[in-house]
Amino acid sequence: MNFQWLVAVRFLRQGRFQSVLIGVGVAMGVAIIVFLTALINGLQISLIEDTLGTQAHIVLKPRAEQARRLTSEAEGRSLTLVQQSPQRLTTIDQWQRLLPVLARTPGVRAVSPLVSGPALAIQGAAERNVTVTGIDPVSYRRQIPVQDKLVAGAYQLGPDQVLVGLDLANELGLDIGGRLRLATGRRDRVVSVSGIFDLGLRDLNLSMVYMHLRSTQTLLDLPGGVSRIQLQVKDIFSAEAIANNLKRQHALQAESWMSTNGELLNGLRSQSLSSDIIRFFIAVSVAFGIASVLVVSVVQRSREIGILRATGTSRRQVIGIFLWQGGLLGLGGSLLGLLSAAALVLLFTHLVPALPFPIPLTAPLMISTAALATGTGLIAAVLPAMRAARLDPVEAIRG
Amino acid sequence: MAEPILTLNGVTKRYRVDTPAEVEVLHATDLSLAAGDFAALIGPSGSGKSTLLNLIGLLDRPTTGTICLDGQETARLNEAGLTRLRGQSLGFVFQFHHLINAFSVAENVCLPLMARDKRLNRSALAQAETLLDAVGLGGFGSRLPSELSGGQQQRVAVARALVADPALVLADEPTGNLDTGSADEIFALMRQFNRERGTTFLIVTHSTELASRCNRHVHILDGWVTEDVH
Repeated sequence: MNFQWLVAVRFLRQGRFQSVLIGVGVAMGVAIIVFLTALINGLQISLIEDTLGTQAHIVLKPRAEQARRLTSEAEGRSLTLVQQSPQRLTTIDQWQRLLPVLARTPGVRAVSPLVSGPALAIQGAAERNVTVTGIDPVSYRRQIPVQDKLVAGAYQLGPDQVLVGLDLANELGLDIGGRLRLATGRRDRVVSVSGIFDLGLRDLNLSMVYMHLRSTQTLLDLPGGVSRIQLQVKDIFSAEAIANNLKRQHALQAESWMSTNGELLNGLRSQSLSSDIIRFFIAVSVAFGIASVLVVSVVQRSREIGILRATGTSRRQVIGIFLWQGGLLGLGGSLLGLLSAAALVLLFTHLVPALPFPIPLTAPLMISTAALATGTGLIAAVLPAMRAARLDPVEAIRG
Repeated sequence: MAEPILTLNGVTKRYRVDTPAEVEVLHATDLSLAAGDFAALIGPSGSGKSTLLNLIGLLDRPTTGTICLDGQETARLNEAGLTRLRGQSLGFVFQFHHLINAFSVAENVCLPLMARDKRLNRSALAQAETLLDAVGLGGFGSRLPSELSGGQQQRVAVARALVADPALVLADEPTGNLDTGSADEIFALMRQFNRERGTTFLIVTHSTELASRCNRHVHILDGWVTEDVH
C-alpha cells in the first residue's frame, strides 16, 4: 500500500469528525451544483424543444437579389441611385443534387426541401392570409413531427389535400374533409383538409397550411423549384458554425436558429452564465472549507509531521500526504454529493408531479462535477501541504 | 580502532535570538563516534545537548564546521539528500515515545521503512514483528500505541529506531519519562542491541547511574564539549 495514501487515510480516519463534517460540506456543494445544473439544463432543453420543435435548425435560401446601381454622368458630375430589388420567389439551383451533399455534411441529421409562399385561404365569405408550405411529407416528418401534433385527421398529403392549423380551421369553420380555396396572385386551387394540427403557437396555427411539394410548386408558379432547404443538426449549438460553413461552400443564404432567435439564445446564455457563477462560488466555498480543515489538521498534527520527518519522510512525501487528504475529501464528498443530487432529483420529480420538464442527470455532468470537486480539493490542499512540508521537525516534535 | 560512524570537525551553531547579535550555543566541537560505541551525552539543561543532537540528527545544519555521517559529508547534501541519509543511517528515540496513534504498533515500527520504500509491504511488517518480539512485545503489533503502558510505548520507539538497521541511534533522554524499572529495561534493551548488532548509540541522559553503563562519556557544558573519555 502506498505510504502517502496510507498516512492520508489514517489521518482522515483518526480525525473522522472533521473529515465527515467537511465531506458533508463538499457533498452539499456537489449536490447543489449537480441538481441546479440538471434543473437548468432540463429547463433549457424544454425551452429549446418548445421553440425549435416547429422550426428548422438551419434554413438555406437563394441569395437575395442584389440592388442595381444606376449611374449617370453629366458635365463631369456623377449621380448614383441605388434601388432595392423586389424579392421574387426564386428556386435554389440544382437543389436535387444538393440534397445528398447536404445530408452527408458532418453534424447534419436531416434534410428536407420545401417551397413556401403567401396565399389567400377562402372558405365561403371568410378569407385569411396564410403561408402555404409545400413539403415532402416523408423527409419533412423527420424534421418537424407534424404527425405528432395532429388533433384531427391524418398526416396525409395527396395532390389536393392540406393540413391546416387549429385556429385557421376554427376561423374558417373547417373540419376534416372540408374544402377551401387557396388563391395566389396568379393561380388558385380547391383543396380538402386531411388533418388539423396544433403547433402550440397561435400565429402558426392561424397562418400555416401544409401542402404537398409538387402541388405547392404549381400553386406558387415555381414548377420543379424549391425556395428553401431545411436542415436539422445533431448538436443544436453547432448550427451557426455549420450554417457558416454551408454559406461558404454553396452560393446560398444560410440562417441558423441561433441568428434568428437571438433573444432565446441570450436567455439560454444568461441562464448558463448564472449557473456557472453559482458553480464557481460553490467551488470556492468548497475549496475554503477543505483548506481550512487541512490547515487546522497541519497545526494539530505538527508533532506527527515532525516524527514522520525525523523517521525519513521527505518534504515531498509530506506534501503528497496532504494532497491525498484534499483529493480524498473532494472525491468522497463528490460521491456522496452525486447520490444526494440523484435523491434530490427523485424527490423533486415525485413532489412536483406536473413538472413541465424532466431533470436530466447525465453522466458527463456528474463526472465533470466530481472531477471539479476533487480538483478543488487538491488545489485547496496545496497551501496546507506546503506549510506542513516547511515545518521544522525539531520545533514540530517539541510542539 | 573501528571505522568512525560519525565525525564532527569544528562544528559551531549560532542563533539570532530577538537581537541583531547572534548567540553561539555550540562552540567549536570535535567529536567522533566509532561503530559499536555506546556513548552517553551528559550535561545540564541548556548546555547545548539538544542542539548537538539536532545537528548530528541532520535536523539542523551547523553554522560552521563539518559533519560526516556513515561516510557521507553532510554539508554537500541538499534537503532531500539529508532526509534520505537520515532515513538510512539514523534512528531516533525521543524522551516521549512520540508514536503516532493513527497507526498500529507494528505500523509505527515500520514508519522508517515505509518512508524509504514508499509503501507498506509484508516484509516490512514481518521485520517489525521480529523486532517487537525482540523488545518483548510479540503479539502487540496490531494494537494501538494508546493501549500500551509508557514503558511498552518506549520499547516500541526503540524498535522503530532500529527497524531500518541504522548505523547510529540518537536517544534523547529515552528514560526520562519512565519509572526506574522501565528505564532500566529500556537501557538494557538498547545495550543488548548495541552488543548483538553492533549499532552505535548516542544517549542523552541525566542519570549518572545509567551513564556509567556506557563505554564512552561525552560531556557538554555551556556549548563546549569538554570531555570525551573512553
